[in-house]
Amino acid sequence: MTDTTETLRTTPLHALHIELGAKMVPFAGYDMPVQYPTGILKEHLHTRAKAGLFDTAHMGQAFLSGADPAHALERVTPADIVGIKEGMQRYGLLLNDAGGILDDFMTTRLKGEASLYLVVNAATKEGDFAYIAERLKGLAVLAPQPERALMALQGPAAAAALARHAPGIDAMTFMKAARGEIDGVPAIVSRTGYTGEDGFEISVACKHAEAIARALLKEPEVLPIGLGARDSLRLEAGLCLYGHDIDETTDPVEADLVWSVGKRRRMDKDFPAAERIVDEILGGTARKRVGILPEGRVPARDGCEIADKSGRVVGRITSGGFGPSLSAPVAMGYVEKAFAADGTQIDLMVRGKAVPARVAPMPFVAHKYKRANSTPGS
Amino acid sequence: MSETRYTDQHEWVRVDGGEATVGITRYAAEQLGDVVFVDLPKLGHALAKGAEAAVVESVKAASEVYAPVGGAVTAVNEALNEDPAKVNGDPEGEGWFFKLKLSDPGELSALMTPDKYEAYVKGL
Repeated sequence: MTDTTETLRTTPLHALHIELGAKMVPFAGYDMPVQYPTGILKEHLHTRAKAGLFDTAHMGQAFLSGADPAHALERVTPADIVGIKEGMQRYGLLLNDAGGILDDFMTTRLKGEASLYLVVNAATKEGDFAYIAERLKGLAVLAPQPERALMALQGPAAAAALARHAPGIDAMTFMKAARGEIDGVPAIVSRTGYTGEDGFEISVACKHAEAIARALLKEPEVLPIGLGARDSLRLEAGLCLYGHDIDETTDPVEADLVWSVGKRRRMDKDFPAAERIVDEILGGTARKRVGILPEGRVPARDGCEIADKSGRVVGRITSGGFGPSLSAPVAMGYVEKAFAADGTQIDLMVRGKAVPARVAPMPFVAHKYKRANSTPGS
Repeated sequence: MSETRYTDQHEWVRVDGGEATVGITRYAAEQLGDVVFVDLPKLGHALAKGAEAAVVESVKAASEVYAPVGGAVTAVNEALNEDPAKVNGDPEGEGWFFKLKLSDPGELSALMTPDKYEAYVKGL
């Protein structure tokens, strides 16, 4: 063991990961499983075919309480928090005063509860919590929940597997969230995820996390899935990874996340850098986040320069790798506005060689969310 | 008669006459995980000992492969273009990367024997 390993934090599932033979890596200050003996390719494909269990307990969970926590939270995000219906979760961006993205996060309004339930990214959680607490001082109180663990069960068989431990759970539809019980353990369950598949995110007390994980892993459809496949799954699904595809130097419009800016918020312009962001929504930005499909099999990774056909650099890859479901490389990145249209031919500079590629719509693999008023798989 | 030698960068080199076949070891393949692409050197390219010779891409990352000995590239394993998973399945056989015509057979003596390499990996 090296010194760096000893200083890493662990989740309540750490011993289970070791027992399952996981290869552990440092991630966001935690010692996390990047893959199990199954391997990233098969873990990825298994999640798309059946179901995978992910340890996401490194992420930050908190409750926000106060006289009107939803209204207060809108000070730091352009999402329509006030408009979140009871029993629903919503995606939002945490913005600094310049409109740069400090994090992306989920807000849930649980039925009959005045407090909001927040989930933020692991690497940014301390900063997020300090920022939210300070900006909402006197209006709302943020209570981080380090004693809660989080895991995700994702894939077409996730609902059937979870229903054996939480009868009736399949009645929930995409983006719904509720308190319930899994094998008698109190849980907050949402029909959400980060893979593009149908699935659930499950928050339980840390002391119950291992028992719940073991019970779900006993289901014949379920395999444990590491961070490696989590990354390739979310990339194929066109979902942003904070710190790569979005960060303080990108804003919601450049990042093509305008859908997360509430309609009412655009009218009221009462969020950080609202004037500029609303102008950008109407007038466009100098660059934009796009999907990119390289020709051939060479993956183009984070940091790779994007050039036009004359060799001029017009952008940069922010996430890239191999998409196991497509059996081909996939990427996303930022390009100048003139190169953002689907089908635009570009070159990716991989190790000094130009790899031809084209701008392509995302997701690369169709989302399979179980939306309300839709049949499964549609 | 062929003999196999190893580098501390986890490449293997098998010498048969004046020709050396190069690949990555099972340990390296396991560390990389599923290989999805191998960028092979050009035929005829003269590689100095220690020069970057190939790049192996796994789902997660790209890693350089260095020439364990100097020489001109006489063959590359085209089969890896179609099936890069051979590197995981049979790293020290069908998953070979390229062949070199040795420029200085004396360079081999600096590399590890199978026994030494096994001990080296155990110590990691």
